[in-house]
Amino acid sequence: MATQTPYEVLGVKPDASPDEIRKAYRKLAKQLHPDINPGKPEAEARFKQVSAAHDLLSDADKRARYDRGEIDESGAERPRYSYRPHAEGAQGWKYQPNGEMNPEDLEDILSMFGGGMGGPMGGGRAGRGRGQGFAMPGGDRLYALTVDFVEAAAGAKKRLSLSPDTWLDVTIPPGIDEGQVLRLKGKGGEGVGGAPPGDALIEIHVAPHPYFRRDGDNILLDLPVTVAEAVLGARVTVPTVTGPVAMTIPKGSDSGTQLRLRGKGIQRRGGAVGDQMVMLRVVIGDSGDPELASFLETWAEKHKTDPRRGMAS
Amino acid sequence: MIGFDEVLVRYGGLERRELIRWVEERWVLPERRAETWVFHEVDVARVELILEIRRDFAVDDEAMPLVLSLLDQVYSLRRQMRRLCDAVAAQPEDIQAAIRQALPKSTP
Repeated sequence: MATQTPYEVLGVKPDASPDEIRKAYRKLAKQLHPDINPGKPEAEARFKQVSAAHDLLSDADKRARYDRGEIDESGAERPRYSYRPHAEGAQGWKYQPNGEMNPEDLEDILSMFGGGMGGPMGGGRAGRGRGQGFAMPGGDRLYALTVDFVEAAAGAKKRLSLSPDTWLDVTIPPGIDEGQVLRLKGKGGEGVGGAPPGDALIEIHVAPHPYFRRDGDNILLDLPVTVAEAVLGARVTVPTVTGPVAMTIPKGSDSGTQLRLRGKGIQRRGGAVGDQMVMLRVVIGDSGDPELASFLETWAEKHKTDPRRGMAS
Repeated sequence: MIGFDEVLVRYGGLERRELIRWVEERWVLPERRAETWVFHEVDVARVELILEIRRDFAVDDEAMPLVLSLLDQVYSLRRQMRRLCDAVAAQPEDIQAAIRQALPKSTP
C-alpha cells in the first residue's frame, strides 16, 4: 500500500475548499479521537494521520507548497527536481524528437541542420536516415472495467465500450482481483509512421457481492440455518460461484461453526484452487415460535448450563 | 525510480486521471514494467517541469505539446552541440585553429 496523500487521508478532492477540508477533518476527528477509542491503537494511528493531514491542508501556505511538490506529506522539505540535468543526462535520450542517434555518426548531427553544410562534409548523404521519416510508437490507453464478484471468481468474457461503435473484447481470467490490470497488446493508441501501436491497459474493479466475500483464494459465505438444522443436522443447498452444491450440516453445530467446501474457492489459472468457507449463522426467525418457546421453557428447567461460565466479568 | 502512485503522492495537486493522460499523450514516458508504469528520475523531473510550466506560465493543455516539443528540440540541439564541441576540443591545435578560421563572422 503506497503512502496516502493528505487529501486521501481526509477523503477530500485535491481541489476541496478550506471549508470542506475543515468539515472532513472534524467528522473524522470525532470518530477517531483517542478519548472515545481507548485501547484501539489503530484508531489512534489514524487520528494522528488525520491530524497531520489537517495541519498541512488547513494552512494555505503549506498546502500550496505541498501541491507544488516543495514539501512532502509530512511537511518535510523535498529536493527540487530540476529538469535540465536530467534532459541532458544519460536518460534524456528518450525525450529527444528523433530518438537516439548514433554517437559515431557526424552526419546525424549535421542533418539536424537540414544538411545545409557546404564543403567536403556536406551534401551526399544528407536526406538519408532517421531524421527524415518521423516514426513514433502509439501510447498506452488506460481503461477501467467493473466486473461482478462471480465473473471475477469464475472468469468471463466482457465487452468494453470505447465509443458507441467501438469496443474491446476482454477475457477476464478466473480469480482476478480488485485493482489488477490486464494488458491487451496493440489495442492502445495508433503508432505513427509505421511504428507499432501501444497497448490497452484495463484496470479491473470487482463489485462487492451481497453474500460472497473474498479472502485470498478462499471465498467466505455466511450461511443462515434454522435451530432445527443446527441441532439435528441437515443436508442443505449452498450457493457457490460455480453454482449450488449440496452440503451436510453436522448434528449439533454451533452458530459460527466453519465448514469447508474444498475446491469451491477461487480457481487460479494453472495454479492452486481455493476453498469456500461456510460460516453457520443460526437464525431464530419470526422472533420465536410459541411452540418452540414453550418447549424450551420446560427443557431449560431440566438442563441448567451456563455457556458463559469461565468468562471473566 | 518510483511507481505511479508515488508520483501522485509526491505531487498532491496532481490528479490521477491527469497523470494518466500525460502518459497517454506521451508528454511523460515512464517505463512499462509488467502491469504498471515505473517513473525514472528523468520522468519525475519531467512531471515537475510540466506542473511548473502550467502553474508559472499558465500554459494550458492545448499549448503544452508545443511547449514540450520546443523544449525537447532545444535539449536535443544542446546535446548534439555539446558532442560537436567535445569533438572539436579533442582535435590538435592546428585543426582547432582551422575551424576557428572557417567560422563565418556573425554580422551585427
